Amino acid sequence: MAFQKVWVVAEAFEGKPLSATLELLTKARELGATVEAWCWGGDVEAYAAGLGEYGASKVYSVGDVGGVLPGVPVAAAMAEAVNGGNKPDAVLFSTGYDPRDIAGRLSAKLNVGVLSNVVGLAEDGTSEHAVFGGTTVVRAAFSGDTPYLYLVRPKSFAAEPGGGGAATVETVSVPDAGAANGAKIVQRHVEERTGPKLDEAAVVVSGGRGLGEAEKFSMIEELAKLLKGAPGASRAIVDAGWVPYSYQVGQTGKTVKPTVYIACGISGATQHMVGMKGSKNIVAINKDQEAPIFSIADLGIVGDVHKVLPKLLDALKNRS
Amino acid sequence: MNVAVCVKQIPDPATPGKLDPSTKTLVREGKLILDDSDAYGVEMALQLVDKAGGGEVTLVSMAPNSEVSGLRTALAMGAHKAILVSDDALKGSDALTTAKVLAAAIQRAGADLILAATESTDGYTGTTPVQVAELLGLPSVTFAKHIEVDGSTVKVNRQTEAGFDEVECPLPCLVTVTAGVVEPRYPSFKGIMAAKGKPVEELKAADLGVEVAVGQQVTDVAPAEERQAGEVVVDEGDAHERIVQFLEQLKVI
Ligand SMILES: Cc1cc2nc3c(=O)[nH]c(=O)nc-3n(C[C@H](O)[C@H](O)[C@H](O)COP(=O)(O)OP(=O)(O)OC[C@H]3O[C@@H](n4cnc5c(N)ncnc54)[C@H](O)[C@@H]3O)c2cc1C
Repeated sequence: MAFQKVWVVAEAFEGKPLSATLELLTKARELGATVEAWCWGGDVEAYAAGLGEYGASKVYSVGDVGGVLPGVPVAAAMAEAVNGGNKPDAVLFSTGYDPRDIAGRLSAKLNVGVLSNVVGLAEDGTSEHAVFGGTTVVRAAFSGDTPYLYLVRPKSFAAEPGGGGAATVETVSVPDAGAANGAKIVQRHVEERTGPKLDEAAVVVSGGRGLGEAEKFSMIEELAKLLKGAPGASRAIVDAGWVPYSYQVGQTGKTVKPTVYIACGISGATQHMVGMKGSKNIVAINKDQEAPIFSIADLGIVGDVHKVLPKLLDALKNRS
Repeated sequence: MNVAVCVKQIPDPATPGKLDPSTKTLVREGKLILDDSDAYGVEMALQLVDKAGGGEVTLVSMAPNSEVSGLRTALAMGAHKAILVSDDALKGSDALTTAKVLAAAIQRAGADLILAATESTDGYTGTTPVQVAELLGLPSVTFAKHIEVDGSTVKVNRQTEAGFDEVECPLPCLVTVTAGVVEPRYPSFKGIMAAKGKPVEELKAADLGVEVAVGQQVTDVAPAEERQAGEVVVDEGDAHERIVQFLEQLKVI
């Protein structure tokens, strides 16, 4: 099949479209389709220009959803549009908290499947998926009714502006979703964060169980700061409670593709490597010469993080 | 309060996965175990029922070959009974089909609260629970880090990109739990013995009135492009200098 019209579920942060959204818009444009975006929340006009620049000709805005989780109302509005005859060939979602809810809801409402963990998408609708820790690529295709729903891993596609003008905004009302629409947000909590976001940083410094104890993660934070990068982590130390889940890199965490990824005391389990092996350059510090991480490192240091990192920190501090 | 927990029985993640060469779907033969990520939902359900002062925890699961060993693990933790949908017609079914089966089984069990993991360890599509909620016309709260039930309301701390949201939702509803939500117990010897006698109702898709239609296929399987190992330096006390050099070359510093 060829795509005539593709919808992208857009997300914004602090009034700007997320890079994951721009990646999807770029891909949808490349597929040769008319691209339209869906969004919710307050200030749509403010970022319609950004969405247009990356290829959206139109933005459907469901507006303020009244403090409920967006999955139900946004999917209800989208389903109503489809059932009313405004039917795209595909809908692209990024694998985030809210888009995943919307995708699941929309799938059940329209009785169409979802392909998840998509890392590539061809013009004929065939998707690519990295399985077994990224060692194997599986291709899959839909055979049922459109729209085809694709949940895409962030960082699968590059985001490139296409030079389009601001998208037109069409306000869409939310149909009554009844009892299903009952999950209300009563209070938001924002954790302090300084420096670049993990999935947008040019340098990522990650720590693993090899650090030995939670306190030693401060070395990772300090190194990340000196390199104007972001700290990351293996799941082992997230599960151990040393750092929040938002730091996790890998299959069940974030995918990162920085200019440099520095792995400190991380063994290189397949589930970790699938989230970082797209990095342009990889440095690994591990005391075990046989650690799998060395098989993908451009520079491997066989050594003790407690010896190498303090000296590295000193050397970098002395330069600045 | 009655709680239904969606649980999956999967091949041991410690053994390497395999794809069936003809159907190109995941091979799920042999002994299956309780997905680790489901132990959190089971534990949470047991604690909530306990707090509510009574009720039952029912497991709902879909698996090939009438496999029950994973269910026995959850029953040994303390769950009261299980519904297992096992049907050759469901082999290789997609997330939506699985959701239809689970939703029908949950309806049969009846539940005030439905718990599931955010995603399974082997398939990790992560859409099934919300599809179940939609099919049942229920609200859902995904990515719970903390759950409390207060009368007819469930209060959830939901993980977000920036931190977490406090979310309130009327029962009945569905909640997906993360690994941080609670510490699962290990089944006791007594629990293991008791589990052997607990009821497991086995059903076919047709018993639940679910029509199986698979709308997606794997078309191709290929090895991924491999990254090559580069230079390896054994630290003799000066390896940090090589890292500095490397970062300079890349113009990172
Ligand atoms: C379904 C599933 C999903 C998963 N998802 C993820 C995911 O998203 N991300 C993820 O990271 N993991 C994930 N995992 C877990 C993964 O399999 C590994 O268990 C985890 O990545 C290991 O973390 P680690 O490398 O920090 O710890 P370990 O594997 O214990 O490795 C520690 C390393 O530190 C080295 N070391 C020890 N001391 C020192 C020292 N003093 N100096 C230098 N090196 C030292 C050791 O040689 C070792 O190589 C997942 C697992 C499953 C089953």
